[in-house]
Amino acid sequence: MEIGLAHYLTVAAILFALGIFGIFLNRKNVIIILMSIELMLLAVNINLVAFSAHLGDLVGQIFAMFVLGIAAAEAAIGLAILVVYFRNRGTIAVEDLNVMKG
Amino acid sequence: MESLTLMPALPEIFLAVIGMVLLMFGVFQGDASRHWMTWAVVASLVVAGVLVPQAADGRSLAFGGLFVTDAFAVFMKELALLGAALALIMATGFNERERIARFEFPILVLYATVGMMMMISANDLIALYVGLELQSLCLYVLAAFRRDTVRSSEAGLKYFVLGALSSGMLLYGASMIYGFAGTTRFDGLTEVLMGGDVGLGLVIGIVFLVAGLAFKVSAVPFHMWTPDVYEGAPTPVAAFFASAPKIAAMALFVRVMIEPLGGAAAEWRQIIVFISIASMLLGAFAAIWQTNIKRLLAYSSIGHMGYALIGLAAGTEEGVRGILVYLALYLPMVVGTFACVMGMRRQGRMVEGIEDLAGAARTNPGMALALAIFMFSMAGIPPLAGFFGKLYIFLPAIEAGLYTLAVIGVLSSVVAAYYYLRIVKLMYFDDPNEGFDRPMGRELSWILAATAVFTLFFFVSPEPLVGRAAAAASALFGG
Repeated sequence: MEIGLAHYLTVAAILFALGIFGIFLNRKNVIIILMSIELMLLAVNINLVAFSAHLGDLVGQIFAMFVLGIAAAEAAIGLAILVVYFRNRGTIAVEDLNVMKG
Repeated sequence: MESLTLMPALPEIFLAVIGMVLLMFGVFQGDASRHWMTWAVVASLVVAGVLVPQAADGRSLAFGGLFVTDAFAVFMKELALLGAALALIMATGFNERERIARFEFPILVLYATVGMMMMISANDLIALYVGLELQSLCLYVLAAFRRDTVRSSEAGLKYFVLGALSSGMLLYGASMIYGFAGTTRFDGLTEVLMGGDVGLGLVIGIVFLVAGLAFKVSAVPFHMWTPDVYEGAPTPVAAFFASAPKIAAMALFVRVMIEPLGGAAAEWRQIIVFISIASMLLGAFAAIWQTNIKRLLAYSSIGHMGYALIGLAAGTEEGVRGILVYLALYLPMVVGTFACVMGMRRQGRMVEGIEDLAGAARTNPGMALALAIFMFSMAGIPPLAGFFGKLYIFLPAIEAGLYTLAVIGVLSSVVAAYYYLRIVKLMYFDDPNEGFDRPMGRELSWILAATAVFTLFFFVSPEPLVGRAAAAASALFGG
Protein backbone atom coordinates (compact mmCIF):
# COMPACT_ATOMS: atom_id res chain seq x y z
CA MET A 1 0.00 0.00 0.00
CA GLU A 2 1.27 3.42 -0.90
CA ILE A 3 1.45 5.89 2.00
CA GLY A 4 -0.05 9.10 0.65
CA LEU A 5 -1.05 12.54 1.84
CA ALA A 6 -4.37 11.28 3.18
CA HIS A 7 -2.63 8.91 5.61
CA TYR A 8 -0.50 11.68 7.05
CA LEU A 9 -3.50 13.94 7.40
CA THR A 10 -5.43 11.19 9.17
CA VAL A 11 -2.62 10.57 11.64
CA ALA A 12 -2.35 14.30 12.30
CA ALA A 13 -6.11 14.63 12.75
CA ILE A 14 -6.15 11.71 15.22
CA LEU A 15 -3.26 13.18 17.22
CA PHE A 16 -4.89 16.60 17.22
CA ALA A 17 -8.20 15.15 18.44
CA LEU A 18 -6.32 13.21 21.15
CA GLY A 19 -4.74 16.48 22.25
CA ILE A 20 -8.09 18.24 22.51
CA PHE A 21 -9.69 15.33 24.39
CA GLY A 22 -6.68 15.20 26.64
CA ILE A 23 -7.34 18.78 27.69
CA PHE A 24 -11.05 18.37 28.29
CA LEU A 25 -11.36 14.84 29.66
CA ASN A 26 -8.33 14.88 31.92
CA ARG A 27 -9.30 15.49 35.55
CA LYS A 28 -6.01 14.62 37.15
CA ASN A 29 -3.01 16.74 36.50
CA VAL A 30 -2.14 20.00 34.76
CA ILE A 31 1.09 18.46 33.44
CA ILE A 32 -1.07 16.17 31.28
CA ILE A 33 -2.70 19.29 29.83
CA LEU A 34 0.73 20.63 28.89
CA MET A 35 1.50 17.33 27.18
CA SER A 36 -1.80 17.48 25.31
CA ILE A 37 -1.01 20.99 24.07
CA GLU A 38 2.34 19.73 22.83
CA LEU A 39 0.59 16.84 21.07
CA MET A 40 -1.73 19.27 19.27
CA LEU A 41 1.15 21.42 18.05
CA LEU A 42 3.08 18.38 16.84
CA ALA A 43 0.00 17.15 14.97
CA VAL A 44 -0.05 20.50 13.21
CA ASN A 45 3.61 20.03 12.34
CA ILE A 46 2.90 16.65 10.73
CA ASN A 47 0.19 18.37 8.72
CA LEU A 48 2.52 21.17 7.63
CA VAL A 49 5.39 18.92 6.64
CA ALA A 50 3.09 16.50 4.78
CA PHE A 51 1.52 19.36 2.84
CA SER A 52 4.95 20.83 2.19
CA ALA A 53 6.20 17.55 0.68
CA HIS A 54 2.99 17.09 -1.27
CA LEU A 55 3.02 20.60 -2.73
CA GLY A 56 6.79 20.66 -3.31
CA ASP A 57 6.85 23.97 -1.45
CA LEU A 58 9.29 24.80 1.35
CA VAL A 59 7.08 27.30 3.19
CA GLY A 60 5.33 24.55 5.12
CA GLN A 61 8.61 23.29 6.57
CA ILE A 62 9.64 26.82 7.51
CA PHE A 63 6.29 27.21 9.22
CA ALA A 64 6.93 23.96 11.10
CA MET A 65 10.27 25.35 12.34
CA PHE A 66 8.51 28.44 13.69
CA VAL A 67 5.90 26.27 15.37
CA LEU A 68 8.61 24.15 17.03
CA GLY A 69 10.43 27.20 18.33
CA ILE A 70 7.34 28.90 19.67
CA ALA A 71 6.05 25.65 21.20
CA ALA A 72 9.25 25.45 23.22
CA ALA A 73 8.78 29.00 24.50
CA GLU A 74 5.16 28.26 25.27
CA ALA A 75 6.02 25.13 27.25
CA ALA A 76 8.63 27.08 29.24
CA ILE A 77 6.14 29.78 30.18
CA GLY A 78 3.45 27.22 30.98
CA LEU A 79 5.74 25.32 33.33
CA ALA A 80 6.86 28.57 34.98
CA ILE A 81 3.28 29.60 35.68
CA LEU A 82 2.56 26.09 36.92
CA VAL A 83 5.45 26.29 39.40
CA VAL A 84 4.18 29.63 40.69
CA TYR A 85 0.71 28.17 41.05
CA PHE A 86 2.01 25.11 42.91
CA ARG A 87 3.88 27.30 45.39
CA ASN A 88 0.68 29.12 46.28
CA ARG A 89 -1.80 26.28 46.20
CA GLY A 90 0.27 23.21 47.00
CA THR A 91 -1.45 21.09 44.34
CA ILE A 92 -1.66 20.92 40.56
CA ALA A 93 -4.77 18.77 40.26
CA VAL A 94 -7.13 20.05 37.58
CA GLU A 95 -10.18 19.78 39.83
CA ASP A 96 -8.52 22.13 42.34
CA LEU A 97 -8.36 24.94 39.78
CA ASN A 98 -11.52 26.42 41.25
CA VAL A 99 -10.80 29.46 43.39
CA MET A 100 -12.73 31.58 40.90
CA LYS A 101 -16.06 30.42 39.58
CA GLY A 102 -19.06 31.93 37.91
CA MET B 1 11.25 41.60 -7.48
CA GLU B 2 9.55 42.29 -4.19
CA SER B 3 10.76 45.09 -2.02
CA LEU B 4 12.90 43.94 0.89
CA THR B 5 12.74 47.25 2.69
CA LEU B 6 12.28 47.27 6.46
CA MET B 7 10.97 50.84 6.66
CA PRO B 8 7.27 49.95 7.09
CA ALA B 9 8.20 47.92 10.19
CA LEU B 10 10.21 50.78 11.72
CA PRO B 11 7.97 51.33 14.79
CA GLU B 12 8.03 47.60 15.66
CA ILE B 13 11.80 47.35 15.19
CA PHE B 14 12.26 50.49 17.29
CA LEU B 15 10.12 49.12 20.12
CA ALA B 16 11.77 45.69 20.05
CA VAL B 17 15.27 47.20 20.24
CA ILE B 18 14.30 49.66 22.98
CA GLY B 19 12.76 46.76 24.88
CA MET B 20 16.03 44.84 24.82
CA VAL B 21 18.03 47.91 25.89
CA LEU B 22 15.67 48.58 28.80
CA LEU B 23 15.79 44.93 29.79
CA MET B 24 19.59 45.20 30.05
CA PHE B 25 19.26 48.28 32.28
CA GLY B 26 16.73 46.42 34.37
CA VAL B 27 18.95 43.39 34.76
CA PHE B 28 21.98 45.42 35.86
CA GLN B 29 20.20 47.98 38.04
CA GLY B 30 17.72 45.56 39.55
CA ASP B 31 14.41 46.74 40.92
CA ALA B 32 15.78 50.23 41.53
CA SER B 33 15.12 50.89 37.85
CA ARG B 34 11.38 50.25 38.15
CA HIS B 35 10.57 53.91 38.87
CA TRP B 36 11.85 55.31 35.62
CA MET B 37 11.24 52.15 33.60
CA THR B 38 7.49 52.71 33.26
CA TRP B 39 7.98 56.24 32.03
CA ALA B 40 10.73 55.15 29.64
CA VAL B 41 8.38 52.56 28.15
CA VAL B 42 5.52 55.06 27.93
CA ALA B 43 7.88 57.48 26.17
CA SER B 44 8.92 54.77 23.68
CA LEU B 45 5.26 53.93 23.04
CA VAL B 46 4.65 57.61 22.31
CA VAL B 47 7.64 57.72 19.95
CA ALA B 48 6.34 54.59 18.22
CA GLY B 49 2.96 56.31 17.94
CA VAL B 50 4.69 59.16 16.10
CA LEU B 51 6.63 56.75 13.89
CA VAL B 52 3.59 54.66 12.91
CA PRO B 53 2.03 57.16 10.46
CA GLN B 54 5.51 58.07 9.13
CA ALA B 55 6.32 54.46 8.32
CA ALA B 56 3.20 53.97 6.21
CA ASP B 57 3.38 55.26 2.69
CA GLY B 58 0.08 54.20 1.24
CA ARG B 59 0.15 50.41 1.27
CA SER B 60 3.71 49.25 1.79
CA LEU B 61 5.16 45.79 2.31
CA ALA B 62 8.18 44.70 4.34
CA PHE B 63 10.04 41.43 4.96
CA GLY B 64 9.35 40.19 1.46
CA GLY B 65 5.62 40.79 1.74
CA LEU B 66 5.06 39.10 5.10
CA PHE B 67 4.29 42.42 6.73
CA VAL B 68 1.96 45.12 5.46
CA THR B 69 1.35 48.68 6.59
CA ASP B 70 -1.67 50.58 5.37
CA ALA B 71 -4.14 53.15 6.71
CA PHE B 72 -6.05 50.38 8.51
CA ALA B 73 -2.91 49.19 10.28
CA VAL B 74 -1.97 52.75 11.24
CA PHE B 75 -5.39 53.40 12.78
CA MET B 76 -5.40 50.17 14.79
CA LYS B 77 -1.77 50.48 15.90
CA GLU B 78 -2.39 53.98 17.24
CA LEU B 79 -5.31 52.62 19.25
CA ALA B 80 -3.31 49.67 20.59
CA LEU B 81 -0.40 51.94 21.56
CA LEU B 82 -2.79 54.33 23.29
CA GLY B 83 -4.41 51.49 25.23
CA ALA B 84 -1.05 50.07 26.29
CA ALA B 85 0.28 53.47 27.38
CA LEU B 86 -2.84 54.29 29.41
CA ALA B 87 -2.84 50.88 31.11
CA LEU B 88 0.85 51.29 32.01
CA ILE B 89 0.33 54.75 33.49
CA MET B 90 -2.61 53.46 35.53
CA ALA B 91 -0.51 50.58 36.78
CA THR B 92 2.29 52.65 38.35
CA GLY B 93 0.58 53.70 41.58
CA PHE B 94 -1.28 50.40 41.91
CA ASN B 95 1.80 48.22 41.59
CA GLU B 96 3.71 50.27 44.15
CA ARG B 97 0.89 50.06 46.69
CA GLU B 98 0.29 46.37 46.14
CA ARG B 99 4.03 45.66 46.27
CA ILE B 100 4.15 43.99 42.89
CA ALA B 101 6.14 46.74 41.17
CA ARG B 102 8.97 45.09 39.26
CA PHE B 103 10.87 46.37 36.27
CA GLU B 104 9.66 43.46 34.11
CA PHE B 105 6.09 44.73 34.13
CA PRO B 106 6.46 47.63 31.66
CA ILE B 107 8.76 45.54 29.47
CA LEU B 108 6.22 42.73 29.23
CA VAL B 109 3.59 45.30 28.25
CA LEU B 110 6.02 46.69 25.68
CA TYR B 111 6.63 43.29 24.07
CA ALA B 112 2.93 42.44 24.17
CA THR B 113 2.38 45.68 22.26
CA VAL B 114 5.02 44.75 19.69
CA GLY B 115 3.17 41.46 19.25
CA MET B 116 -0.09 43.31 18.74
CA MET B 117 1.46 45.56 16.12
CA MET B 118 2.80 42.46 14.34
CA MET B 119 -0.69 40.95 14.39
CA ILE B 120 -2.26 44.10 13.02
CA SER B 121 0.28 44.21 10.18
CA ALA B 122 0.42 40.49 9.44
CA ASN B 123 0.18 39.67 5.75
CA ASP B 124 0.96 35.97 6.00
CA LEU B 125 -0.20 33.08 8.18
CA ILE B 126 3.30 32.68 9.66
CA ALA B 127 3.52 36.37 10.58
CA LEU B 128 0.03 36.12 12.03
CA TYR B 129 1.01 33.21 14.26
CA VAL B 130 4.31 34.69 15.41
CA GLY B 131 2.72 38.06 16.27
CA LEU B 132 -0.14 36.39 18.08
CA GLU B 133 2.19 34.24 20.18
CA LEU B 134 4.50 37.15 21.02
CA GLN B 135 1.45 38.93 22.37
CA SER B 136 -0.06 35.93 24.13
CA LEU B 137 3.12 34.73 25.85
CA CYS B 138 3.58 38.18 27.42
CA LEU B 139 -0.06 38.30 28.46
CA TYR B 140 0.08 34.89 30.18
CA VAL B 141 2.91 36.15 32.37
CA LEU B 142 1.15 39.46 33.05
CA ALA B 143 -2.01 37.65 34.20
CA ALA B 144 0.04 35.74 36.77
CA PHE B 145 2.07 38.80 37.71
CA ARG B 146 0.92 38.94 41.32
CA ARG B 147 2.73 35.70 41.82
CA ASP B 148 2.24 35.35 45.58
CA THR B 149 -1.55 34.99 45.39
CA VAL B 150 -3.54 31.93 44.36
CA ARG B 151 -6.04 33.94 42.35
CA SER B 152 -3.54 35.66 40.10
CA SER B 153 -1.53 32.51 39.43
CA GLU B 154 -4.73 30.56 38.80
CA ALA B 155 -5.81 33.26 36.35
CA GLY B 156 -2.46 32.94 34.59
CA LEU B 157 -2.71 29.15 34.45
CA LYS B 158 -6.27 29.16 33.10
CA TYR B 159 -5.41 31.81 30.53
CA PHE B 160 -2.35 29.85 29.48
CA VAL B 161 -4.13 26.51 29.05
CA LEU B 162 -7.08 27.92 27.12
CA GLY B 163 -4.85 30.31 25.17
CA ALA B 164 -2.56 27.50 24.10
CA LEU B 165 -5.61 25.42 23.10
CA SER B 166 -6.87 28.27 20.93
CA SER B 167 -3.43 28.79 19.38
CA GLY B 168 -3.42 25.09 18.54
CA MET B 169 -6.78 25.33 16.82
CA LEU B 170 -5.71 28.43 14.94
CA LEU B 171 -2.57 26.67 13.80
CA TYR B 172 -4.45 23.57 12.69
CA GLY B 173 -6.70 25.85 10.65
CA ALA B 174 -3.67 27.63 9.22
CA SER B 175 -2.09 24.31 8.23
CA MET B 176 -5.26 23.18 6.45
CA ILE B 177 -5.54 26.50 4.63
CA TYR B 178 -1.89 26.25 3.60
CA GLY B 179 -2.36 22.71 2.36
CA PHE B 180 -5.48 23.28 0.34
CA ALA B 181 -4.66 26.75 -0.98
CA GLY B 182 -0.94 26.06 -1.50
CA THR B 183 0.20 29.34 0.04
CA THR B 184 0.39 31.12 3.38
CA ARG B 185 0.50 34.59 1.85
CA PHE B 186 -2.65 36.68 2.26
CA ASP B 187 -2.51 38.07 -1.27
CA GLY B 188 -2.01 34.55 -2.62
CA LEU B 189 -5.01 33.32 -0.61
CA THR B 190 -7.10 36.17 -2.00
CA GLU B 191 -6.33 34.99 -5.53
CA VAL B 192 -7.07 31.34 -4.75
CA LEU B 193 -10.39 32.15 -3.11
CA MET B 194 -11.42 34.53 -5.90
CA GLY B 195 -11.29 31.57 -8.25
CA GLY B 196 -14.74 30.30 -7.27
CA ASP B 197 -15.70 27.27 -5.22
CA VAL B 198 -14.11 26.65 -1.85
CA GLY B 199 -13.22 23.04 -1.14
CA LEU B 200 -14.07 21.14 2.02
CA GLY B 201 -10.47 21.23 3.28
CA LEU B 202 -10.40 25.00 3.05
CA VAL B 203 -13.72 25.30 4.85
CA ILE B 204 -12.40 23.13 7.71
CA GLY B 205 -9.31 25.33 7.84
CA ILE B 206 -11.38 28.51 7.93
CA VAL B 207 -13.58 27.15 10.74
CA PHE B 208 -10.57 26.30 12.91
CA LEU B 209 -8.95 29.65 12.17
CA VAL B 210 -12.14 31.51 13.09
CA ALA B 211 -12.39 29.50 16.33
CA GLY B 212 -8.84 30.50 17.27
CA LEU B 213 -9.45 34.16 16.47
CA ALA B 214 -12.81 34.16 18.28
CA PHE B 215 -10.99 32.98 21.39
CA LYS B 216 -8.61 35.91 21.21
CA VAL B 217 -11.45 38.46 21.01
CA SER B 218 -13.27 36.41 23.71
CA ALA B 219 -16.41 35.82 21.66
CA VAL B 220 -18.91 33.13 22.72
CA PRO B 221 -18.46 30.08 22.69
CA PHE B 222 -14.76 30.70 23.39
CA HIS B 223 -15.28 33.22 26.17
CA MET B 224 -14.97 31.03 29.27
CA TRP B 225 -11.52 32.30 30.21
CA THR B 226 -12.49 35.98 30.29
CA PRO B 227 -14.32 36.37 33.66
CA ASP B 228 -11.81 34.27 35.59
CA VAL B 229 -8.81 36.02 34.09
CA TYR B 230 -10.24 39.50 34.65
CA GLU B 231 -11.12 38.65 38.23
CA GLY B 232 -7.84 37.00 39.11
CA ALA B 233 -5.38 39.24 37.29
CA PRO B 234 -4.22 42.46 38.97
CA THR B 235 -6.66 45.26 38.05
CA PRO B 236 -4.35 47.30 35.79
CA VAL B 237 -3.55 44.08 33.91
CA ALA B 238 -7.27 43.44 33.50
CA ALA B 239 -7.63 47.00 32.19
CA PHE B 240 -4.85 46.26 29.70
CA PHE B 241 -6.50 42.94 28.66
CA ALA B 242 -9.80 44.70 28.07
CA SER B 243 -8.31 47.38 25.84
CA ALA B 244 -5.26 46.89 23.63
CA PRO B 245 -5.24 43.09 23.01
CA LYS B 246 -8.97 43.13 22.17
CA ILE B 247 -8.32 45.87 19.61
CA ALA B 248 -5.38 44.05 18.06
CA ALA B 249 -7.24 40.73 17.93
CA MET B 250 -10.25 42.38 16.36
CA ALA B 251 -8.00 44.11 13.80
CA LEU B 252 -6.44 40.76 12.92
CA PHE B 253 -9.87 39.13 12.73
CA VAL B 254 -11.15 41.83 10.37
CA ARG B 255 -8.07 41.75 8.16
CA VAL B 256 -8.07 37.96 7.82
CA MET B 257 -11.78 37.77 7.11
CA ILE B 258 -11.95 40.68 4.64
CA GLU B 259 -8.63 40.42 2.78
CA PRO B 260 -7.58 36.78 2.24
CA LEU B 261 -10.87 35.09 3.12
CA GLY B 262 -13.08 37.74 1.52
CA GLY B 263 -13.79 35.38 -1.37
CA ALA B 264 -15.26 32.81 1.02
CA ALA B 265 -17.58 35.34 2.70
CA ALA B 266 -20.60 33.15 2.00
CA GLU B 267 -18.99 30.33 4.00
CA TRP B 268 -17.95 32.34 7.06
CA ARG B 269 -20.81 34.81 7.34
CA GLN B 270 -23.14 32.45 9.25
CA ILE B 271 -20.36 31.62 11.73
CA ILE B 272 -19.75 35.29 12.46
CA VAL B 273 -23.48 35.99 12.76
CA PHE B 274 -23.79 33.12 15.23
CA ILE B 275 -20.87 34.11 17.46
CA SER B 276 -21.96 37.74 17.34
CA ILE B 277 -25.51 36.92 18.50
CA ALA B 278 -24.27 34.49 21.15
CA SER B 279 -21.74 37.02 22.51
CA MET B 280 -24.28 39.82 22.70
CA LEU B 281 -26.84 37.66 24.50
CA LEU B 282 -24.36 36.12 26.92
CA GLY B 283 -22.78 39.51 27.61
CA ALA B 284 -26.23 40.91 28.39
CA PHE B 285 -27.68 38.09 30.49
CA ALA B 286 -24.72 36.55 32.33
CA ALA B 287 -23.61 39.94 33.70
CA ILE B 288 -26.89 40.49 35.51
CA TRP B 289 -26.03 38.03 38.30
CA GLN B 290 -22.47 39.14 38.88
CA THR B 291 -21.45 40.60 42.22
CA ASN B 292 -17.83 41.33 41.37
CA ILE B 293 -17.28 44.45 39.28
CA LYS B 294 -14.35 42.95 37.35
CA ARG B 295 -16.42 39.88 36.38
CA LEU B 296 -19.22 42.19 35.33
CA LEU B 297 -16.84 44.15 33.14
CA ALA B 298 -15.58 40.88 31.65
CA TYR B 299 -19.10 39.91 30.56
CA SER B 300 -19.66 43.45 29.38
CA SER B 301 -16.53 43.22 27.21
CA ILE B 302 -17.81 39.92 25.75
CA GLY B 303 -21.01 41.74 24.82
CA HIS B 304 -19.09 44.64 23.30
CA MET B 305 -17.07 42.28 21.12
CA GLY B 306 -20.39 40.79 19.97
CA TYR B 307 -21.52 44.24 18.83
CA ALA B 308 -18.24 44.90 17.05
CA LEU B 309 -18.60 41.56 15.20
CA ILE B 310 -21.91 42.76 13.74
CA GLY B 311 -19.86 45.06 11.53
CA LEU B 312 -17.76 42.12 10.37
CA ALA B 313 -20.89 40.07 9.65
CA ALA B 314 -22.05 42.89 7.38
CA GLY B 315 -18.71 42.52 5.61
CA THR B 316 -19.00 45.89 3.88
CA GLU B 317 -16.72 48.92 3.96
CA GLU B 318 -19.26 50.74 6.15
CA GLY B 319 -19.35 47.73 8.48
CA VAL B 320 -15.59 47.82 8.94
CA ARG B 321 -15.75 51.56 9.48
CA GLY B 322 -18.33 50.86 12.18
CA ILE B 323 -15.97 48.39 13.90
CA LEU B 324 -13.15 50.93 13.87
CA VAL B 325 -15.33 53.70 15.31
CA TYR B 326 -16.73 51.28 17.89
CA LEU B 327 -13.29 50.18 19.06
CA ALA B 328 -11.96 53.74 19.15
CA LEU B 329 -14.86 54.78 21.38
CA TYR B 330 -14.77 51.57 23.44
CA LEU B 331 -11.12 52.08 24.39
CA PRO B 332 -11.51 55.29 26.48
CA MET B 333 -14.73 53.98 28.03
CA VAL B 334 -13.22 50.75 29.25
CA VAL B 335 -9.96 52.36 30.39
CA GLY B 336 -11.91 54.98 32.34
CA THR B 337 -14.16 52.35 33.92
CA PHE B 338 -11.16 50.37 35.08
CA ALA B 339 -9.62 53.58 36.45
CA CYS B 340 -12.76 53.87 38.60
CA VAL B 341 -12.41 50.24 39.71
CA MET B 342 -8.84 50.96 40.72
CA GLY B 343 -10.10 53.89 42.77
CA MET B 344 -12.26 51.47 44.82
CA ARG B 345 -9.98 51.12 47.79
CA ARG B 346 -10.85 51.18 51.48
CA GLN B 347 -8.20 51.59 54.15
CA GLY B 348 -5.57 50.71 51.61
CA ARG B 349 -7.26 47.48 50.45
CA MET B 350 -8.91 46.93 47.08
CA VAL B 351 -12.63 46.18 47.15
CA GLU B 352 -14.30 44.73 44.07
CA GLY B 353 -17.94 44.11 45.01
CA ILE B 354 -20.61 46.01 43.09
CA GLU B 355 -22.40 46.66 46.39
CA ASP B 356 -19.30 48.51 47.59
CA LEU B 357 -20.22 51.30 45.18
CA ALA B 358 -23.41 52.09 47.12
CA GLY B 359 -23.75 55.78 47.84
CA ALA B 360 -20.44 56.63 46.19
CA ALA B 361 -22.05 59.79 44.80
CA ARG B 362 -22.00 61.28 48.30
CA THR B 363 -18.62 60.02 49.46
CA ASN B 364 -16.67 60.29 46.18
CA PRO B 365 -18.72 62.55 43.87
CA GLY B 366 -16.10 62.99 41.15
CA MET B 367 -15.45 59.30 40.65
CA ALA B 368 -19.18 58.50 40.81
CA LEU B 369 -19.93 61.08 38.14
CA ALA B 370 -17.23 59.68 35.84
CA LEU B 371 -18.39 56.09 36.37
CA ALA B 372 -21.99 57.15 35.71
CA ILE B 373 -20.88 58.72 32.42
CA PHE B 374 -19.11 55.50 31.40
CA MET B 375 -22.07 53.32 32.39
CA PHE B 376 -24.54 55.48 30.45
CA SER B 377 -22.15 55.44 27.51
CA MET B 378 -21.72 51.66 27.59
CA ALA B 379 -25.49 51.30 27.74
CA GLY B 380 -25.59 53.32 24.52
CA ILE B 381 -27.58 56.31 25.72
CA PRO B 382 -27.33 59.37 23.45
CA PRO B 383 -25.50 61.70 23.18
CA LEU B 384 -22.60 59.86 24.84
CA ALA B 385 -19.82 58.23 22.82
CA GLY B 386 -21.13 54.67 23.23
CA PHE B 387 -24.32 55.61 21.38
CA PHE B 388 -22.36 56.63 18.29
CA GLY B 389 -20.38 53.41 18.40
CA LYS B 390 -23.60 51.39 18.30
CA LEU B 391 -25.12 53.67 15.65
CA TYR B 392 -22.22 53.17 13.25
CA ILE B 393 -22.43 49.40 13.84
CA PHE B 394 -26.18 48.93 13.44
CA LEU B 395 -26.66 51.12 10.34
CA PRO B 396 -24.41 49.03 8.03
CA ALA B 397 -25.99 45.83 9.38
CA ILE B 398 -29.42 47.10 8.33
CA GLU B 399 -28.07 48.24 4.96
CA ALA B 400 -26.62 44.75 4.44
CA GLY B 401 -30.03 43.24 5.19
CA LEU B 402 -29.04 41.64 8.50
CA TYR B 403 -32.28 42.66 10.21
CA THR B 404 -32.36 39.79 12.73
CA LEU B 405 -28.84 40.58 13.86
CA ALA B 406 -29.59 44.29 14.29
CA VAL B 407 -32.84 43.60 16.18
CA ILE B 408 -31.16 41.12 18.54
CA GLY B 409 -28.34 43.63 19.02
CA VAL B 410 -30.71 46.41 20.03
CA LEU B 411 -32.72 44.12 22.32
CA SER B 412 -29.64 42.77 24.07
CA SER B 413 -28.33 46.30 24.58
CA VAL B 414 -31.62 47.06 26.34
CA VAL B 415 -31.06 44.06 28.64
CA ALA B 416 -27.46 45.15 29.22
CA ALA B 417 -28.66 48.64 30.13
CA TYR B 418 -30.24 47.06 33.22
CA TYR B 419 -26.95 46.22 34.88
CA TYR B 420 -25.19 49.37 33.74
CA LEU B 421 -27.97 51.51 35.16
CA ARG B 422 -28.08 49.43 38.34
CA ILE B 423 -24.56 50.64 39.10
CA VAL B 424 -25.67 54.24 38.60
CA LYS B 425 -28.67 53.62 40.86
CA LEU B 426 -26.44 52.08 43.54
CA MET B 427 -24.12 55.05 43.48
CA TYR B 428 -26.76 57.78 43.48
CA PHE B 429 -29.75 56.44 45.37
CA ASP B 430 -28.49 53.92 47.93
CA ASP B 431 -27.26 54.62 51.43
CA PRO B 432 -23.56 55.33 51.46
CA ASN B 433 -20.98 52.85 52.62
CA GLU B 434 -17.81 54.02 54.16
CA GLY B 435 -16.17 56.18 51.46
CA PHE B 436 -13.27 55.12 49.31
CA ASP B 437 -9.76 56.29 50.13
CA ARG B 438 -8.86 59.70 48.77
CA PRO B 439 -7.01 60.91 46.87
CA MET B 440 -7.15 58.15 44.28
CA GLY B 441 -3.78 59.11 42.81
CA ARG B 442 -2.72 61.78 40.37
CA GLU B 443 -2.27 59.54 37.29
CA LEU B 444 -5.62 57.84 37.85
CA SER B 445 -7.49 61.12 38.28
CA TRP B 446 -6.00 62.54 35.10
CA ILE B 447 -6.87 59.47 33.05
CA LEU B 448 -10.33 59.37 34.56
CA ALA B 449 -10.96 63.03 33.77
CA ALA B 450 -9.60 62.80 30.22
CA THR B 451 -11.57 59.69 29.27
CA ALA B 452 -14.77 60.99 30.88
CA VAL B 453 -14.52 64.31 29.03
CA PHE B 454 -13.87 62.48 25.76
CA THR B 455 -16.84 60.16 26.28
CA LEU B 456 -19.13 63.02 27.27
CA PHE B 457 -18.19 65.49 24.53
CA PHE B 458 -17.45 63.18 21.62
CA PHE B 459 -20.75 64.17 19.99
CA VAL B 460 -19.51 67.75 19.52
CA SER B 461 -17.26 66.73 16.62
CA PRO B 462 -17.39 63.07 15.60
CA GLU B 463 -16.22 63.87 12.04
CA PRO B 464 -12.41 63.65 12.47
CA LEU B 465 -12.54 60.18 14.02
CA VAL B 466 -15.23 58.86 11.67
CA GLY B 467 -13.36 60.30 8.69
CA ARG B 468 -10.12 58.58 9.70
CA ALA B 469 -11.99 55.33 10.34
CA ALA B 470 -13.58 55.56 6.89
CA ALA B 471 -10.16 56.09 5.26
CA ALA B 472 -8.77 53.14 7.22
CA ALA B 473 -11.67 50.90 6.23
CA SER B 474 -11.36 51.79 2.56
CA ALA B 475 -7.67 50.81 2.67
CA LEU B 476 -8.83 47.26 3.45
CA PHE B 477 -11.13 47.21 0.44
CA GLY B 478 -8.37 48.27 -1.95
CA GLY B 479 -9.49 51.92 -2.00
